[in-house]
Amino acid sequence: MLKFILNDTDISTDQLAGSTVLDFVRYHKDLKGTKIGCREGDCGACTVLVGELIDDEVRYRTMTSCLMPLANAAGKHIVTIEGINPANRELTPVQQAMVDESGTQCGFCTVGFVMSLTGFCVDGSANSAEMAISAIDGNICRCTGYKSIERAAVRLSEQVAVSSEQYVPEYFATIQDRLRQLRGSDCSPLTAYSSLFVGGGTDLYVQRHDAMSESEATHLFYDDELRTIRDAGEYVEIGASVTVTDLLESPVMNAIFPDLYKHLKLVSSTPIRNMATLAGNFVNASPIGDMTVWFLALDAEITLSTPPYEGGVAAASADGVVLSFRDMKLRDLYLGYKQLAKQPDEIITSIRFRKPAGDHRFNFEKVCKRTYLDIASVNTAISLTIRSTPGEDWIPPALSSPPYEGGVDAAPGGRGGSLAVEHTIIAAHVAAGGVAPIPLYLRQTSEFLAGKTVNAETIAAANEIMQSEISPISDVRGTDQYKRLLLRQLFRAHFVEIFHQL
Amino acid sequence: MKNIDSTSHVRGESVYLDDVPVVRGTLYACVFDSPVAHGKLKSIDTSEAEKSEGVVRVITAKDLIGENQIGGIVPDEPLLADGEVHFQGMPIAIVVAESEELARKAAKKITVEIDELTPVTDPRVAAANGDLIVPPKKFVMGDTAAAFAGCEHVFEGKVEINGQEHLYIETQGAYAVPTENGGLKVYSSTQGPTAVQRAVCRVTGMAMHQVEVDVQRLGGGFGGKEDQANAWAGIVAVATQLTGRPVKYALHRMEDMRMTGKRHPYSADYRIGLDRDTKIVAYEVTFYQNAGASCDLSPPVLERTLFHCTNSYFVPNVTATAYCCRTNLPPNTAFRGFGGPQGMFVIESAIAHAAEKLGVKAAEIQRRNLLEDGDEFPYGQIAESDAVTSWTQADAKYDLAALQQEADDFNASSKYFRKGVATMPVCFGISFTKTPMNQARSLVHVYTDGSVAVSTGAVEMGQGVNTKMAQVAAKMFGLDIGQVKVHTTNTLRIANTSPTAASAAADLNGKATQIACETIRKRLLEVALPLVEAASVDELSLQDGYVHRNGEKTSLDWQTLVMDAHLQRVNLSEHSHYATPGIGFDWSTAKGHPFAYHVYGTAIVGVTVDCLRGRYEVDYVLCCHDFGTSMNTAVDLGQIEGGIVQGIGWMTMEEVVYDENGKLRSNALSTYKVPDIYSVPKEIAVLPLETTRENLAIFNSKAVGEPPLMYGIGAYFAIRNAVMSYTDCSPAFDLPFTPEKVLMSLYRS
Repeated sequence: MLKFILNDTDISTDQLAGSTVLDFVRYHKDLKGTKIGCREGDCGACTVLVGELIDDEVRYRTMTSCLMPLANAAGKHIVTIEGINPANRELTPVQQAMVDESGTQCGFCTVGFVMSLTGFCVDGSANSAEMAISAIDGNICRCTGYKSIERAAVRLSEQVAVSSEQYVPEYFATIQDRLRQLRGSDCSPLTAYSSLFVGGGTDLYVQRHDAMSESEATHLFYDDELRTIRDAGEYVEIGASVTVTDLLESPVMNAIFPDLYKHLKLVSSTPIRNMATLAGNFVNASPIGDMTVWFLALDAEITLSTPPYEGGVAAASADGVVLSFRDMKLRDLYLGYKQLAKQPDEIITSIRFRKPAGDHRFNFEKVCKRTYLDIASVNTAISLTIRSTPGEDWIPPALSSPPYEGGVDAAPGGRGGSLAVEHTIIAAHVAAGGVAPIPLYLRQTSEFLAGKTVNAETIAAANEIMQSEISPISDVRGTDQYKRLLLRQLFRAHFVEIFHQL
Repeated sequence: MKNIDSTSHVRGESVYLDDVPVVRGTLYACVFDSPVAHGKLKSIDTSEAEKSEGVVRVITAKDLIGENQIGGIVPDEPLLADGEVHFQGMPIAIVVAESEELARKAAKKITVEIDELTPVTDPRVAAANGDLIVPPKKFVMGDTAAAFAGCEHVFEGKVEINGQEHLYIETQGAYAVPTENGGLKVYSSTQGPTAVQRAVCRVTGMAMHQVEVDVQRLGGGFGGKEDQANAWAGIVAVATQLTGRPVKYALHRMEDMRMTGKRHPYSADYRIGLDRDTKIVAYEVTFYQNAGASCDLSPPVLERTLFHCTNSYFVPNVTATAYCCRTNLPPNTAFRGFGGPQGMFVIESAIAHAAEKLGVKAAEIQRRNLLEDGDEFPYGQIAESDAVTSWTQADAKYDLAALQQEADDFNASSKYFRKGVATMPVCFGISFTKTPMNQARSLVHVYTDGSVAVSTGAVEMGQGVNTKMAQVAAKMFGLDIGQVKVHTTNTLRIANTSPTAASAAADLNGKATQIACETIRKRLLEVALPLVEAASVDELSLQDGYVHRNGEKTSLDWQTLVMDAHLQRVNLSEHSHYATPGIGFDWSTAKGHPFAYHVYGTAIVGVTVDCLRGRYEVDYVLCCHDFGTSMNTAVDLGQIEGGIVQGIGWMTMEEVVYDENGKLRSNALSTYKVPDIYSVPKEIAVLPLETTRENLAIFNSKAVGEPPLMYGIGAYFAIRNAVMSYTDCSPAFDLPFTPEKVLMSLYRS
């Protein structure tokens, strides 16, 4: 039996493990507050809170229930709007703020916003207005124009900052113990081995929605062994089921990538980042996979494993029993469109990249029709190790100012930078998406850059090489000419961002 | 006054179509639709689907008992394809099964044999082929041919206007339940309950009095459920008729996007003539409307394009011609603005073109040509204009020159970023242009406990119309709004409704409610007369739950008065009718007075373009808007903010893409982008126009649903101005201005 807590109710169900949490709550439990807008994680109307024990504390995150297999609810606390409504038609502070600011018109998307904002308030760790708005970056409203919802979010961020008012009902206090008990029991579905592996499900459930619910699958999402991010000295080791949010919150990653938040904000939305796993992004092999392009530019390696499947992958890795494994460069995983250098029964278990030494610069660029919550027309990442003259007293320019803040360019030379400074590239890795059948490691461009001085000529020459490495096609995300032009511009943007003087 | 649904919305307790509790035995429908855009339908093989698990019935055109027709204006739209298919997504067969999943699974087993014909997707090609749905329409004022000859400057060009997906977050759907003696109750997510009732009756052969249509509320409509809810109601009605069981169909998003029409794309040619003072002397425009495969509401949409082809400007010589072109796309339909925005975009493009060539700001040309009181519209109505006042008040409040200077200064110092500013005046006529539609009914009951129930023909879809109806009754009876309940829109209670559209629902239904309440109020005051020993009802009023005499509160409270009236056998219910006075239009001369009034406003839009990446942000939309006297500022502000953002979406990121075979490429939320919270203007400011004019709106509170959408048009021109300030280019007037088009414009060389 598959066990979890739904609002204040303990659930034990033999519903198909591949069916969605959305269908379960709406049609099996008749909890109609959770709405269906798109069934592809793009509107947020079906957002629920998912509570799990992390370091023995209950941590809630928002997820889109339309893409969430029931198997991924196992051992968790699933919260729908019915699970936070106070009795007697009273309102929580989140609901009250939405009413007071007229943040609801037709009301169909409203519950999703309420759940996202409740997640923000319950979390309480980041109580700025910016983060409150960030919490609703996955919710689409077609009526309000968002300004009223924005006002509600800002108001809530101010409330969260000064008080610990109750955002959820009292029964939440019992959840920690109940989740501990669940963890002790066998709460996962009995899944026969299948080489259909499901991580967060955020693309599988979009592409193959109808088929997934009845498919036998091996669910990997909540395998704790696959969810660590570890500083292993020379390398950073990352478990395959680490989500984008896990990366975003990781001290190890933040220490290496000062612009992590700014860059990862460009990747889908909060609820999807809470679900989407790194390995899922890699094996999905989308030519425009954001995280794939990111890790290609880190020249990451992966470990492919063939676990013994009796008892499931989790048991196997927990016991450390793995029949075979092999390592390879991520860039060698991709053979052609959606073709991988991987056996069907192999899974990625870990990902590692070399911790940058010396003066390291990283940048990620992505342009789509809509800046956020969209799929790239073209994305690209660059990782540079550089040497700058004159000497060590030179202070690298601040990288953290997003170009849109105030819309002002860095002055020539940048803050702390100087035109007189000469930068030499010691090593470079460049990757791009949307310009080839695979997420593309730009090998020749990367090799060319090594040893070059950063200047307009180098960038122009590198672009020439880059253009010869890519083969974009015209599709709904842009024409081939546009993608070529866009990659040229984004390549240039890397240098503008990193060196502030081009 | 907050929207009365706010509390149930935030608690997730509001009921939408898919939340209506299903009756035991309910079946689920799924449509099999055409995989090609144009062809001869030679055969349909449903045998595998019929054998599929849980399937109760598969229905094709030959099974219909009624007429296979749902076209409202022109009978050119079969419910199910018969003999030919005219667009990809055209319904061919209905699978009815025990569950939604089983119906969906079975529908995939249907196969068809189609001899493909060449699809037409370009309205100009359709026009050249003579494939027009209705004869061309034309507005003429003055003599453009003669006027152009005397013009100092003449410019001409071409404009391409894209469609727009409604993307109501609640998809289309309907649920039919059989009632006794062969009747039918249909729950529908529709803006037009009567249109649904008519369509259901037509395809089932039932009489209208046998069919009850009930609408609780919509999860957004925006015009997309004005006429296009009919098909789904027709489908479940037919399925119920043929199976004898309740049948429900709530569309999946991709089905909805694929099978329903959108805002009409247009292609247009303009010619504009100005004198040496940049007064517009002559304007000639030809519109090619991409109507899609059948008529739907295309002709009235086309007419409104003509009505608004000169926007807020007085042009003495106008020739405007419009073609309603049949193509192999899903039938395009109503969308907030109803053709008006397309008409406005073309003249704004013409003005931008002239400004660019003459080296002046478009705002200068706009300002000089604004309508004044007494000016004549090309369709003969005389303007009571607040075009100039809204412009002047916006300028006084926001300082257009300073905003322009701020942008210029920024642009002089920035390497990769450019700011652009544009002004967008709006003049939008209120009333259905088809005069007979400007009527409404309201049913008001006062119960003996003093509570009040109101039913009207208006459909609540987020615009707050039910709140306004409750406000009308509460104000008329001097009650708290909590004592008024607005009930579902139901064809048994309110018959022969006009759709909730044209921004007119609050006016029409509000006036009808006002009349009903006034009738009851007068009866109650007659009852009160002896009780408070007044000489005349003129001394009496209802306020704060008490009868007042000469403004002084008496001891007679509302509930006592109501009970007394009932005991005296006084009628506490009223069903009233309202028809907008003084309007009419004669198509034989294309002149008349079609609108009860116009809504005016002026917006200033500022953007920043990242010229390195081709992205942009909207910094502000600052407007002065003509509310008349708003009866609900919270609701009306929400309409303005929402309308502006929807308009900006249409101008920028919302790109409906069909390929040359008529297949929708932007067929999901992953490929069709509407604004998210980061896409909206950083600032939206709304200054209410100061005016003392009387108007025909309910409580003088002007219609607000559609006009603000057109402020969003300013975003296009602001982006264009920013792009042109970065590099020497002249971007084509080709919507939407996606980041792709921005970057390609910036680096065309």
